[in-house]
Amino acid sequence: MAAFLIRRIALLAPTLFFVSVLIFGLQQLLPGDPALVMAGDNADPATITFLRHKYHLDEPLPSRYVLWIRGVAHGDFGESMRLKEPVKDLVLEKLPVTAELAGLAMLVALAIGVPAGIIAAVKHDSVVDYGATMVALWGISTPNFWLGILLILLFSVTLGWLPASGFVPPTESLRQNLLTLIMPAFVLGNAIAAVMMRHTRSAMLQVMSADFVRTARAKGLGQISVIIHHALRNALIPVVTLGALEFGALLSGAVLTEQVFTIPGFGKLIVDAVFNRDYAVVQGVVLCTALAYILLNLFADIAYALIDPRLRA
Amino acid sequence: MTTETLDPPRDAPLIHEDFGERPWQRALRLLAERRLAVIGLGVVLFFIAVAILAPLISPYDPVATSWAVVRKPPSLLHPFGTDEIGRDVLARVIWGARASLLAGLVSVSLALAAGVPLGLVSGYCGGFVDGTLMRMVDAMLAIPFLILAIALAAFLGPSLANAMIAIGVSQTPIFIRLTRGQVLAVKHEEYVEAARAVGNPHYRIVLRHILPNIVPPLLVQATLAAAAAIIAEASLSFLGLGQQPPDPSWGSMLNTAKNFISQAPWMALWPGLAIFTLVLSLNLFGDGLRDVLDPRRG
Amino acid sequence: MFRKHILALAVLLAATVLAGAASAQTLRIGLADDPDILDPTIARTYVGRIVFAAFCDKLVDITPDLKIVPQLATEWHYEDDNKTLVMKLRQGVTFHDGTPMDAASVKYSLLRHLTMPGSTRKAELGPLKSVEIVDDHTVKLMLDKPFAPLLAQLTDRAGMIVSPKAAEAEGDKFGEHPVCAGPFKFVERVAQDRMVFDRFADYWNKDAIHFDRVIFLPIPDSTVRLANLQAGQLDMIERMAATDLDAAKKDSRLKVATITSLAYEDLATNINNGEQSKNPFGQDKRLRQALDLSIDREALNQVVFNGEFAPGNQWDPPSSPWYVKSMPIQPRDITKAKALLAATGMPHPSATLIVENTPEQQRAAQVIQAMAGEAGFDLKIQAVELAAQLNAEVKGDYQLVLGNWSGRVDPDGNLYNFVGCKAPPAFNITHYCNPDVDAELDAARTAVDPEERMAHYEKIAAHILDDRPLIYLWHPQWLFAMSNKLAGYVPYPDGLIRPQGMRLQ
Repeated sequence: MAAFLIRRIALLAPTLFFVSVLIFGLQQLLPGDPALVMAGDNADPATITFLRHKYHLDEPLPSRYVLWIRGVAHGDFGESMRLKEPVKDLVLEKLPVTAELAGLAMLVALAIGVPAGIIAAVKHDSVVDYGATMVALWGISTPNFWLGILLILLFSVTLGWLPASGFVPPTESLRQNLLTLIMPAFVLGNAIAAVMMRHTRSAMLQVMSADFVRTARAKGLGQISVIIHHALRNALIPVVTLGALEFGALLSGAVLTEQVFTIPGFGKLIVDAVFNRDYAVVQGVVLCTALAYILLNLFADIAYALIDPRLRA
Repeated sequence: MTTETLDPPRDAPLIHEDFGERPWQRALRLLAERRLAVIGLGVVLFFIAVAILAPLISPYDPVATSWAVVRKPPSLLHPFGTDEIGRDVLARVIWGARASLLAGLVSVSLALAAGVPLGLVSGYCGGFVDGTLMRMVDAMLAIPFLILAIALAAFLGPSLANAMIAIGVSQTPIFIRLTRGQVLAVKHEEYVEAARAVGNPHYRIVLRHILPNIVPPLLVQATLAAAAAIIAEASLSFLGLGQQPPDPSWGSMLNTAKNFISQAPWMALWPGLAIFTLVLSLNLFGDGLRDVLDPRRG
Repeated sequence: MFRKHILALAVLLAATVLAGAASAQTLRIGLADDPDILDPTIARTYVGRIVFAAFCDKLVDITPDLKIVPQLATEWHYEDDNKTLVMKLRQGVTFHDGTPMDAASVKYSLLRHLTMPGSTRKAELGPLKSVEIVDDHTVKLMLDKPFAPLLAQLTDRAGMIVSPKAAEAEGDKFGEHPVCAGPFKFVERVAQDRMVFDRFADYWNKDAIHFDRVIFLPIPDSTVRLANLQAGQLDMIERMAATDLDAAKKDSRLKVATITSLAYEDLATNINNGEQSKNPFGQDKRLRQALDLSIDREALNQVVFNGEFAPGNQWDPPSSPWYVKSMPIQPRDITKAKALLAATGMPHPSATLIVENTPEQQRAAQVIQAMAGEAGFDLKIQAVELAAQLNAEVKGDYQLVLGNWSGRVDPDGNLYNFVGCKAPPAFNITHYCNPDVDAELDAARTAVDPEERMAHYEKIAAHILDDRPLIYLWHPQWLFAMSNKLAGYVPYPDGLIRPQGMRLQ
């Protein structure tokens, strides 16, 4: 087990290296001069030269990469050219917001997906199965920005039940905080619900045909009891660990959801930074999310290895 | 875009023993029994037909503008209504099918063309090559799919073709990983060992013996990836990076329609419905395919 | 006994009601973009100016009809052949940190605008060389040569006075906690989320202020911004989409205010900026003329903006005192356009039109494409992000581009940098250079008498409207929507929101 762990952790470094190269390269190769974008209405040559020099934009690519990596190693992710805030501060500011959104979205996904998956597995090939499948699948069949706008129109403008956009931190008012996040979490979680349904369904089907379940049935235990006490408990483990891997999908979805609902989280930060050519922000944020994703993968692998010793080989 | 992959089966091989019919015949028979999957396939084929026959069935030129009929509701003359500069929505939905289907087809083909060979190499060779490739795949997967697609599309320049390339590239790592996993699973099967013992060169083993046997899960993933690609195209168009005006695509139609939602809801209704129906059908078909091709899942 | 309780209860109730009536009044404004740094010396965005209006007063301000009026300065006059501007400052003004505003702080601020590295105000202040302190409340601005646009520049960020104590302490981080002399003082800023300002108790004009707090919330999507307003989460939004105007008017919870802006939208042709200028449009002005004639500005306005914007053909709108009335907007003439094309021997010229990938810009581009198509033009649209467009413009990587300028009070600010030979390349993207025009431009900024200046601008118009390096298309209307409980808002052509006089009923 220890060897397995060490080996997996050792692989973090090269992966992170590739991530850094990839995102750095992508950013710097984007057409457009960030100094121009920043100069905006006042693009006189002196200003542009000053900006280019200040942010090392006039230096060759490899030395810029080294400068950046060296900074990262010291915990300095650079500064946002547009907002003039250190990237680290921006990340710490926005991370809890997206984390909360992602967490709530995951709850929504489980709340929709797991029951749907159970029903689909138990009532396999029936009308109920079809219904549950459709309900779970419609989430990934609709563009989430589209769903978001429809919901805003219905629940905010027409009914006035929920705030149309914006975010209130939970420290300010928990109630307002949850109200601002209901719609975005629903929109985001919808898409993941389908994946959760699929995982649950296949895990349940697998478990339900396992020996110990057949034994339980033979003993005469009721169907529901069997499902809940035996099948579900075992099925949930792979479901939850696989759910951890959906983090990447959640972040992707968050990008558009935060744009539509104007939630000041990671997603919105990244998109705006890409369009404004705010290199340091994109690089810093992606590096952080990549690290989080890799760590979650590691966690899932470890969990799996704990359950199934055969995987440790 | 989800990063789920199919795990290699640990007990049963992918292809069952002989039941008196070829495996693909059995698959087809089982598939036909799953009503949802069949409906899904039917709808997809319908959309493909619409896209191919667009010049014949479209009532108007999709880019023909007319100032007199700006944002008119559905009527006999314009069954789906008109858009913000007077173009017929039905015509644009019909022609837009091409962009969306292309987005699904081309992106996935690209991902397959790049991902499968790399996965084969990685899985078969193992060792340093495998290790390095997998780290790079991990790196690509660690970056949120949409961010990667946005950065690529912005880098290449906004256009439908570049959006398809960006989506295709973003989906490649999944196919690399999937292929590799499948190769690892069957690498030590008897028929592969047998082929090796007989003295077949490596490329032959990979192409004639391994590849045909790992097609089913690739097919399933391709279908699901196509569905995700169509949504991704809509997302990129929402951000202004997809199909260029005035050419129609459902995603860019939704993007313009969102600003007229209360005044001209039909502008958003039809392309939204179209995307939803196509993607749902692809998902249903893909799920059915998976049920049928992986016997482990009943 | 019982009556005493009732009385006590009544008093308590009355006190609560009164307290409620006097409790914090907050003004929540939805912005169309997120401003950049809140430091007037290095700020660069249009939307930032809206936020500055809440917390950073300037030397002079404008009226809705573009007359210059006192703000931090009370009177002024020119001396020494118009090379010295003497300004008397208002007494009793304090900065948010309690320090007094005097001639020394004005001198400090102006020199900061002139000399701080990265200052974007330097170019705006033109030939300003130094500032002299005459006494505690009088300063002299010394110019190298007369510069008519100076006062107009001082109505914007270049005239904003900052607290020397705070600016010295913070340096270029001043924008994170700016200290000025405006009606509200900075409290906090959460990037991409909100900017919060609290009432400044010692504001010199405090009787005009009826809010305790102002919050700015950037919400780029116009549909979502309006939805927020309709749902009651905002009190006011700026730059509402023209196509939402009808819906806002019909909504009983809202009211709208509109005013023609100083901004303009133009179709620029690459005349002399690199390789791409060697295309027929850049070489032959008859093609540009034909393009101009094929566009129906009224219909364009109608289709793209529901008729709400103002068609234009010059750098200032027809409603401006600087508009050259002898050269009005030409109606569409397809026959003449086709004839011109035939004369050039190119009945179907083609070009790529670069446009920003926002909904309104794309709509306009498609309409222009269709209209020009009827005259025989074959235009291809390339919708790109703003960063890519700016890049293409500066590098000359374009043939035609749909651009815009946010507009300045003085016509020089709308012209000099865009068609002048000496203009910076990031502004004069066409690299148009006409020595006659240049001479007139220089004369117009040195002359101080408006009639004299107008004569120069008329000569410039004669050239520009013939050469057409920029084909001016329309002037946006600033469209504001607000809760119908919000009173006292006066729209200005610069589109800024001045809190003085506004109140919530």
